[in-house]
Amino acid sequence: MKPRHNMDIYALTWRLPVLVWQTLFFIAPLVFMIAMSFFLVKNYRMVEAFELVNWMKMFSRDYFWDSYVLSLGLAALATICATALAFPASYALAFMVSDNIRRWAIFFLIIPYFTSYLVRIFSWYVLLAEAGIANGVLGYLGLGPFTMLNTAFATIVGYMALTLPLVVILQTLSMANIDRSLIEAAHNLGAGRLRTIVSVVVPAGKVGLIVGALFCFILSFGDFVSPYYLGGSKPPTLTILITDTTKSGQQWPRAAVVAVTMMATLMVIAYSAIRYAYNRRQP
Amino acid sequence: MSDKHKSESISRRDFVVLSGGVASAMAFPAILTSRKALADPTELNLLAWYGHGEPDVVSEFEATHNVKFKPKYYAGGDNMLALIAQSPPGTYDIILSDSEFVQQLNEAGFIENLNPEDYPFDDFIHDDFRNFPGHWRDGNLYSVMVRFGHLGVAYNRNTISEEEASSYRCFWNSKLTGKVGHFDWHLPTLGMMSLYNGNSQSPFDLDGAAWDEVKKTTMSLRPQVGGFFDYGGTFNSLKNGEMLAMCGIGDWITGVLEKDGAPVTSVVPEEGGIQWTESYCIGKDSKRADIANRFIQYMLSPYGQVRSAEMAAYPAFCVTKAGQAELRKVNMAEAERTGQVPGAANNPVTLIEEGRIHYRDIPRQQSLEDWNDFWSEYKNA
Repeated sequence: MKPRHNMDIYALTWRLPVLVWQTLFFIAPLVFMIAMSFFLVKNYRMVEAFELVNWMKMFSRDYFWDSYVLSLGLAALATICATALAFPASYALAFMVSDNIRRWAIFFLIIPYFTSYLVRIFSWYVLLAEAGIANGVLGYLGLGPFTMLNTAFATIVGYMALTLPLVVILQTLSMANIDRSLIEAAHNLGAGRLRTIVSVVVPAGKVGLIVGALFCFILSFGDFVSPYYLGGSKPPTLTILITDTTKSGQQWPRAAVVAVTMMATLMVIAYSAIRYAYNRRQP
Repeated sequence: MSDKHKSESISRRDFVVLSGGVASAMAFPAILTSRKALADPTELNLLAWYGHGEPDVVSEFEATHNVKFKPKYYAGGDNMLALIAQSPPGTYDIILSDSEFVQQLNEAGFIENLNPEDYPFDDFIHDDFRNFPGHWRDGNLYSVMVRFGHLGVAYNRNTISEEEASSYRCFWNSKLTGKVGHFDWHLPTLGMMSLYNGNSQSPFDLDGAAWDEVKKTTMSLRPQVGGFFDYGGTFNSLKNGEMLAMCGIGDWITGVLEKDGAPVTSVVPEEGGIQWTESYCIGKDSKRADIANRFIQYMLSPYGQVRSAEMAAYPAFCVTKAGQAELRKVNMAEAERTGQVPGAANNPVTLIEEGRIHYRDIPRQQSLEDWNDFWSEYKNA
């Protein structure tokens, strides 16, 4: 039993930094945020208390639930779009190019993250404006002009700018690691390309595909910049509702209610997604 | 100890001399630093709307008085109150407040008493400004008005005529469907809706029935709305034509764009306009109250008033006659554009005296929370 005891200390030593980090920078702020949701605001100052009034206030407001449904809907739509748009590119990078080209492609997919997300969104602002570049190009084709800014379409474009390169990278890395002999076996057994993708590639790359989609959902659900600057805050998502709540009357406790609700939602979704990703098919 | 060894080792005397030399050499930069510190400018902590601590406004005062402004910008009166409430006393030396929030600053004990004799009240362009609501309490002065502006219908001249823009009705014009923007703050817009409903006596003092009517009118505007914008978004959307009319703003935004060549302008409509008013206060327990006071005096001097009127972030009207005269002397075009010339139809004082201007206020019969709640509901509709 003694070796096992040593093993535990060894393992604990390596796990400790992560535990400390998570406790300091995730659990402690989360606990504080939950506690804050029960505080009161008096004369623009937060007062420690344990009152349910903030929860009752926010949960009884229709606009809170409208924003909740909207945020979920937009994040889900972004996830579907990003996964669908990323898949062909990831497939090509995983199976149809050399290792060298794949490395360069991944490098180029990382480059957008070198610049501030806000700057990228303002670039999209110029592109999508009524007199902007997108409408200019469409004009040459005899189309438009279309109103794109301050719409859900522009919000989704912003979400794609935020998440698409990441989803492509995650999908590519996942599919590049699929055992090629499985694909060859499928071909040898007479499966066509589409059948191979559906029956072999997607199940084998399931973890990467789901993790990519999950990241897209999490980032979109919690994003403030795109729905505010490209979507025109019309209607507001939960992130915009948080800022509205803090701006007027400094209702940080009510903003905490919104934030805790968002966290709880993401935890349920993330847990379900991860569980599904690693769920092995029963023999 | 051998002689050789003795000669190579450092004696106690040598050590003391050497240490002294090294210490002096090390101290020399410190002496320089401390001399430099003597010349370092005094830091003045300013809490204000964006633009007030920028070089175009403060650089000359900084150079003359050897001070350095350290601005902290806020957006909205609630935000300002919260920043002060969450900071220890003495954090802010100068506070620029929207006039309707001065009373709350005063009640909370966040600002110092001022000496009225320090300011040119006799030169103010309107009697109301000398005794602005909430600025005095029990005969004591707590805040001094330094600039103001009017809010009305802001519109794109290529789409809407001046005649159409002469009423808030134009926001419901079919030409503007999806093209009416909102500055994302409930007070100015709801004040305008209240004026449109005919509450010209007291647009912010509404009983239950009048408040319900204001909500109904505002909701009816929702299908026209293209977006809700912050300061930068309001500029961009008007400039690039995404929004063709804007509710909740005035010349403080369109004036900047107009000077930049954009076909936008603002008018005070027939139902009346809202006045925003900015006043300076000295923060409670400020250790630099004296220099803060000198800055307020500077901003009320003719030269300071011109700096305020021409502020790059957003222009404003002068509050003193000498300030207006100086503006006419150095920038007649701006004075004429903003009606700050005698006899102009849009002269700010004339508009006030005609009863067309209403000072922005906080809701008197509802709480700010009620108005904000409705604003969230409206944005979600």
